[in-house]
Amino acid sequence: MTALAKSPAAVEPESPPSAPVRHRRRRGPLAYVVYGVLLALVLLFLAPFLVVAMNSFKTASDFAAHGPLALPHGWHFSTISRFWDQVDFGQKLVNSLEISATVAVLGVVLSLLNSYAIGIGRVHGRPVFLVFFLLVNVVPQEGLVYPLYYMAKQVNLYDSKLAVIIVFTVIQSAFGTYLLSSVLAEFPRELIEAAEIDGANKWRTLVSVVTPISWPTLSVLFTFFFIWTWNEFFLPLVFLVSNDKQTVPVALAVLQGQHSMDVTATSASALLGVLPALVFFLLFQRTLTRGIAAGAIK
Amino acid sequence: MTVSTSKRAGAVAGHAPAHRPRARRRRGSRGYFWFLLPGLLLSAVVIVAPVIMNVWLSFTSWQGVGDPQWIGTRNYSQLFHDENFWASFQHTGAIVVAMAIVPTLLGLVIAAVLFDYLGKKFSNRTASALRSGLYIPQVLPVAVSGIVWGWLLMPSGAVNELLNDVGLGGLTKNWLGDPDYALPSVMGIMVWIQLGYPVVMFMAGLQRVNPELYEAAEVDGATWWQRFTRITVPQVRPELYVVLVTTTIAALKTFAQVFVLTRGGPGNATLVPSYFAYRSFFQEANVGYGSAISSIMVLIILIVGIVFVRLQTRADRDALR
Repeated sequence: MTALAKSPAAVEPESPPSAPVRHRRRRGPLAYVVYGVLLALVLLFLAPFLVVAMNSFKTASDFAAHGPLALPHGWHFSTISRFWDQVDFGQKLVNSLEISATVAVLGVVLSLLNSYAIGIGRVHGRPVFLVFFLLVNVVPQEGLVYPLYYMAKQVNLYDSKLAVIIVFTVIQSAFGTYLLSSVLAEFPRELIEAAEIDGANKWRTLVSVVTPISWPTLSVLFTFFFIWTWNEFFLPLVFLVSNDKQTVPVALAVLQGQHSMDVTATSASALLGVLPALVFFLLFQRTLTRGIAAGAIK
Repeated sequence: MTVSTSKRAGAVAGHAPAHRPRARRRRGSRGYFWFLLPGLLLSAVVIVAPVIMNVWLSFTSWQGVGDPQWIGTRNYSQLFHDENFWASFQHTGAIVVAMAIVPTLLGLVIAAVLFDYLGKKFSNRTASALRSGLYIPQVLPVAVSGIVWGWLLMPSGAVNELLNDVGLGGLTKNWLGDPDYALPSVMGIMVWIQLGYPVVMFMAGLQRVNPELYEAAEVDGATWWQRFTRITVPQVRPELYVVLVTTTIAALKTFAQVFVLTRGGPGNATLVPSYFAYRSFFQEANVGYGSAISSIMVLIILIVGIVFVRLQTRADRDALR
């Protein structure tokens, strides 16, 4: 539950409210005023993206001559492509992708193992375990960072993506356990018993019965974990010091204020940071939606 | 989400099938424990042990090399006399206002207007589209939203340019470089980042509400404001808890925006505990001091978390009554 950054949880219920009252649609002038005010607010919210995007296509001299609010005189990709090459942005994308995808997969597996024991196995003391995992998830990373940094150096995991992957797998799966345990607690017992009667052991039941049926929830968890890990900043900043291992947010942030960054390059860097997030938002919208339908949120 | 899950977990645990022989269930549960083992071990190594070590370090003096030296509570007494410490926690208070309180209040009103007014006067699709627009800042990495705003707010940036263009040149500021405006600017950015979250959460909560409730209220002549205070707010109470606690905890952890926008400056105008700890650890090599700051953060966040769980449990109990 880090940052409501962590909130893709709540994204976009697809089907709008079940048709609340279609019977009267008298629109007085007030309705249009309210609509106008909210629309203006939304446009104001989105304006920063447009301004940043627009300036990424300007040349430095165009910017110097006409300032940040003028439309570009001609659309130049040179600023963006120069920035891309300069920071080897492709490499950063690959790093972020590698870390986020691995964490998402391992995090889902670990969540599933934990929740199988808590939600279906109903192990002794499960409320205590649930609170434990909840606390594991909320503990601030500042309170772990130095010992982790020290430990990582001892075992040669400092400046390695693996260290970041391990830590985030644990943090994300703690949240996943909390969520999935309650979903699995409602898993139809008959199916488990039927599998037992058919002679399946617990492992087999997990793999062939529980996993396929829980797939929708698992894919929602995967999506959350992926996006949350992509957006993480503090620990990757500390752990990934060499250029070729940095994630997108870390690489862009440490570049800010450096001499090589002129004004249009900075707007290009902002644009390149925004784009992947928008892509994920569009790409994953449906999965997140299904999650809500599946009762992940309520 | 915490709310709903804890509630459901509780409810289910309540009717654990009583007819099944207890002996069998216990035998079963022992076998399941093995599945929990990897998760527990990893959490112990990656989370619990470091937290304990961090607390221990807070009673030592250490530069990160050699052996830490036990100095008792000296880091803490020094911290309580350090104006940076008090400043950083005051700023956290301001950020709680900007991330938790303002977005929650605005979000309630906006969600209600979208759901109970625009959704009906126009269409649900209109309402959903507006909601999505407000939500977009939420999907950005916070560090990236910091870059966007750092760019817009620089002295020759788009915000000042806009003020000049509309004849309000007198209002231009060095938004992030002036100690008087840096914190309010950061707060404004936080509102921009956060607002979409409560709107989406509350609108999701409102979908649960039986539309007849609103219709009945309307038939009885209730005004929009009455429907808001008597129906909307009580109905989204679970979401209200979740939003407030998650955003408060997030506010206490604020780091990336400050790192990107101001590095805690100018002076200590935007210093927050997280950045303060980071600086002590990695720039000043004052590990004991950094550990003391971060141990206090851990303590505060755990208290917020536990208070939340207790409030929630009580609310659930009342709801059942």
